[in-house]
Amino acid sequence: MSKTMSKTARKDYVLFDMDTKAFVYGYQTNAIQRMLDFDYICNRPEPSISAIINPNRAGIHKVFWGKKEIILPMYKTISMAAKAYPEADVMVNFASHRSAFETTMEALEVKSIRIVAVIAEGVPERQSRIMSATAKKMGKIVLGPATVGGMTAGAFRIGNTAGTIENIIASKLYRPGSVGFVSKSGGMLNEAFNIISRNSDGIFEGVAIGGDRYPGSTMLDHILRYEANPAIKMIACLGELGGEDEYRIIRALLEKKVTKPLVAWVTGTCSPVLPASVQFGHAGAKADTEKETAQAKNDAFREAGAFVPTSFDGYGDTVRQVYEMLVSKGSIVPFEEPDVPKIPADFSKALASGDIRKPTTFICTISDDSGDEVLYAGKRLSSVLEEKMGIGGVIGLLWFKKHLPGYAAQFIELVLQIVADHGPAVSAAHNSIVASCAGKDLISSLCSGLLTIGPRFGGAIDDAAREFKRAKETDMTPEQFVNDMKKRGVNIPGIGHKIKSTKNPDKRVQLLIAYARANFPRTDLLNYALQVEELTTAKKGNLILNVDGCIGILFIDLMSSCGAFSKEEINEVVKLGYLNGLFALGRSIGLIGHILDQKRLGSRLYRHPTDDIAYMMPSAEDIECKR
Amino acid sequence: MAQRGIREYDAKRLLARILPEYLNEFSYKGEVALVGPETDLEVLASTHPWLKTARLVVKPDQLFGKRGKHGLVLLDADWDRTKKYLKENMGAEVAVGSITGKLSHFLIEPFIPHDEEFYVAISTDRDGDNIFFSMQGGVYVEENWDKVVRIHVNVLDGIDNLDIKSELPESLKDKRIAIERFIRALWRFYAETGFAYLEINPFTFRNGSIVPLDMVAKLDDAEEYWQRKRWAGLAFPEPFGRSLSKEELFIKELDSKTGASLKLTILNPMGRVWTMVAGGGASVIYADTICDLGFAKEMANYGEYSGDPNTEETYYYTMTILDLMTRHKDSRGKVLLIGGAIANFTDVAKTFKGVVTALEEYQQRLQEAGVRIYVRRGGPNYEQGLKLMRNLGKKLGVPIEVYGPDTHMTRIVPLALEGAQL
Repeated sequence: MSKTMSKTARKDYVLFDMDTKAFVYGYQTNAIQRMLDFDYICNRPEPSISAIINPNRAGIHKVFWGKKEIILPMYKTISMAAKAYPEADVMVNFASHRSAFETTMEALEVKSIRIVAVIAEGVPERQSRIMSATAKKMGKIVLGPATVGGMTAGAFRIGNTAGTIENIIASKLYRPGSVGFVSKSGGMLNEAFNIISRNSDGIFEGVAIGGDRYPGSTMLDHILRYEANPAIKMIACLGELGGEDEYRIIRALLEKKVTKPLVAWVTGTCSPVLPASVQFGHAGAKADTEKETAQAKNDAFREAGAFVPTSFDGYGDTVRQVYEMLVSKGSIVPFEEPDVPKIPADFSKALASGDIRKPTTFICTISDDSGDEVLYAGKRLSSVLEEKMGIGGVIGLLWFKKHLPGYAAQFIELVLQIVADHGPAVSAAHNSIVASCAGKDLISSLCSGLLTIGPRFGGAIDDAAREFKRAKETDMTPEQFVNDMKKRGVNIPGIGHKIKSTKNPDKRVQLLIAYARANFPRTDLLNYALQVEELTTAKKGNLILNVDGCIGILFIDLMSSCGAFSKEEINEVVKLGYLNGLFALGRSIGLIGHILDQKRLGSRLYRHPTDDIAYMMPSAEDIECKR
Repeated sequence: MAQRGIREYDAKRLLARILPEYLNEFSYKGEVALVGPETDLEVLASTHPWLKTARLVVKPDQLFGKRGKHGLVLLDADWDRTKKYLKENMGAEVAVGSITGKLSHFLIEPFIPHDEEFYVAISTDRDGDNIFFSMQGGVYVEENWDKVVRIHVNVLDGIDNLDIKSELPESLKDKRIAIERFIRALWRFYAETGFAYLEINPFTFRNGSIVPLDMVAKLDDAEEYWQRKRWAGLAFPEPFGRSLSKEELFIKELDSKTGASLKLTILNPMGRVWTMVAGGGASVIYADTICDLGFAKEMANYGEYSGDPNTEETYYYTMTILDLMTRHKDSRGKVLLIGGAIANFTDVAKTFKGVVTALEEYQQRLQEAGVRIYVRRGGPNYEQGLKLMRNLGKKLGVPIEVYGPDTHMTRIVPLALEGAQL
């Protein structure tokens, strides 16, 4: 690590060192983590990012520092971040091509920011030239646009430069080597790091200036810095056809402004055999004159004394040749490799690659949203709709995990319609209305109503199903059943109504029975229940089979006769209380209606009239403690 | 994103519409009409009534110069003569320099008799813009290049404080001020309308007002977002001699809809060497290597995909190439190079998934065409991506050789072309 400069002595030729602090403009969580992972394996004492600038949100962002989680502050503006962290002199600018210019210009105006790396592609040439000229005037540096950036080995990386941590380790970028590299192409940067690390002691610093015609800094700017930096012993560059940038380097070679060995190659030698109109991948890669062709530039490099291979294939060999020459001259002394701290694998990545496994906390057997379409009990939502399965069919899938026959699904819908509402006076509706009038929101008011559903209100469906089923299965006669319940002092669930009677029958019960008789294969339990009703109504006219009882009993008949349920499954349905769910679901429709109705009416707070309350206080004696 | 030529027709309309914002006295009306292969001339004449009354100039408008020298300019003609000329020349094949192409678009404008021809051009360099002016315009400007005045406008300082007048020849006399004002306005127009190159050669004076006779212009297409109002209705035609094939158009359209980059140029549909290379920098190096090894004539395409394209995009891109390369049979077989450098952030496994799907679909056609496939790539999730390819090779029945970052980037090129050993 001794080759990187410390904070107090940062020279002009140093882009980044181990103490460099940066802002990241744009909420690029992957790039931010990659920068911190790099810092960590370089054994940096502190993370290189001071703060994130996110125009949409201020606050904090959680990241890993090795195994530990730490917090990075996030600011909405560059000036606020710069005020809080004056030691940060780099801004990695991930702003889109639409806002790259204004954000970069704003950063250049901040005194403490010295370097701005512009990642965006498609920045107009005029904007690039203004950024570049402004930086130059202020003695600052703009890298890019249209680049992944650059890095100083063992010190600092810009965003995604050098790719994955595995690649950084493979190319030994966690510690400085002796080679300064510069290219136009960001995509070739990693490849060059790979080639150079295989053929020398590795990279000291590598920069991609960007493939546009007018990048913020030129290859020569960086080569002159490498020339000035005593830690860099040799320079490598990768140019491209088009533009005059390479000739600036060649002039510097000829004028002896660059004296360190320079390995150079200019790509695009194929262009003479291609139609003139082909635009290569980079906007700047087009030779407008003979001088701008790759051949002319490679020849000029060779003549100026650079080390130029015969093709890109030989680039690594040429690097090796120059490196070995420097070692034999003693200008480069091979050093011992440092240990590399390990970065724990990201959980999601390790899981995806099958390296780790983890027990799950939940199991879900009714629906699956992990694919491209949600599944209900394994059935695609689109086929649920195509087959017109309806609400009844969906309840069949999600509650019972069965594709119910049509008449069964329709029965469920019939039940839901029948129980949907029963006027404002019943417990649930009343509670919902009172809550709504108290100004509570829809969901709170709905819950207030639903909470009344239980053994006395609406909750008798399951109980009725259970008791009648038990009686019939134990071969009790209706008489025995009635007597048994009487002996136990329990009202028969599903029997009896407050106002309905034999003379004033419940229309809803009649509808349900008619549907069942017309559609169900068998209605054994209903027949049994009607015999029970005969006995109870003989005692008192209002001891009729009520709607809860009827639903519960018919559901048992439905399940027993439709062929989709085993005996055990039917027992489970009764035991787990599925059937009260039908009442809660159906009645929610009415409750929501009542709540909305009150809201529409603008009802005021409900207060029960005092004349409707019998106030009966205990006497003073009653509350006296007797002992 | 790059500098792209526009038609003289669009350049003149932009000038007529926008320059008056910078120069009150500019009275050029932009009377221009564009004739394409589908244009109904009678409809055109009814929307441009001057066509039937004025004397006319007709010239091809397809981004190539020296039209006069090639005898392609019709001067001082009436409407009937114009129609006859168009009928004779529409679709005609002509050679311009080394490029042969079909004439498909013509510009018609009123014929302006003149004696004076001035030259003005603006180009960009790193530090600013260069304005070139000459009194010897027209076809003589090149042989009189020493008489061309060059004025450099710094990109930060602009033109306001530059002394233009004293740079201009005194022999312009009374026209000196008019030309100075014109040049100042033209530069502002250039800088604020997204131009990368602009040449008016020649322009002349008519009744004391400046009239452009010939124009060449390039725009920086990265300015589209800022210039959408000024550029409304403007087209970027393909260079002369290049008409896009159906497949190239398809990829171009795909490219325009995504943040990633997808490029395809077909060089020789009968070629035996096809490439599918990730990255603008790497793709050039692969093409270089193919040419170095003497296979330039066999190189079927140039292209690249980059910027983390999604699985669907790489699927369509691969499918397009596979379809093209398996159309023509060649007894010597064909090679497909799926190459690339070590990616910074492009997910190799994800992009290869789309490639694999397309290869599976073309299994039979690949076998019939005797295709051998060579893969080299590195970057995020490359192990998984390369494994996908290796597994595919086993079941596809098409030879696939797969290499990672340990192998030099372009090593697969000689392996594929010469059967060299590692």
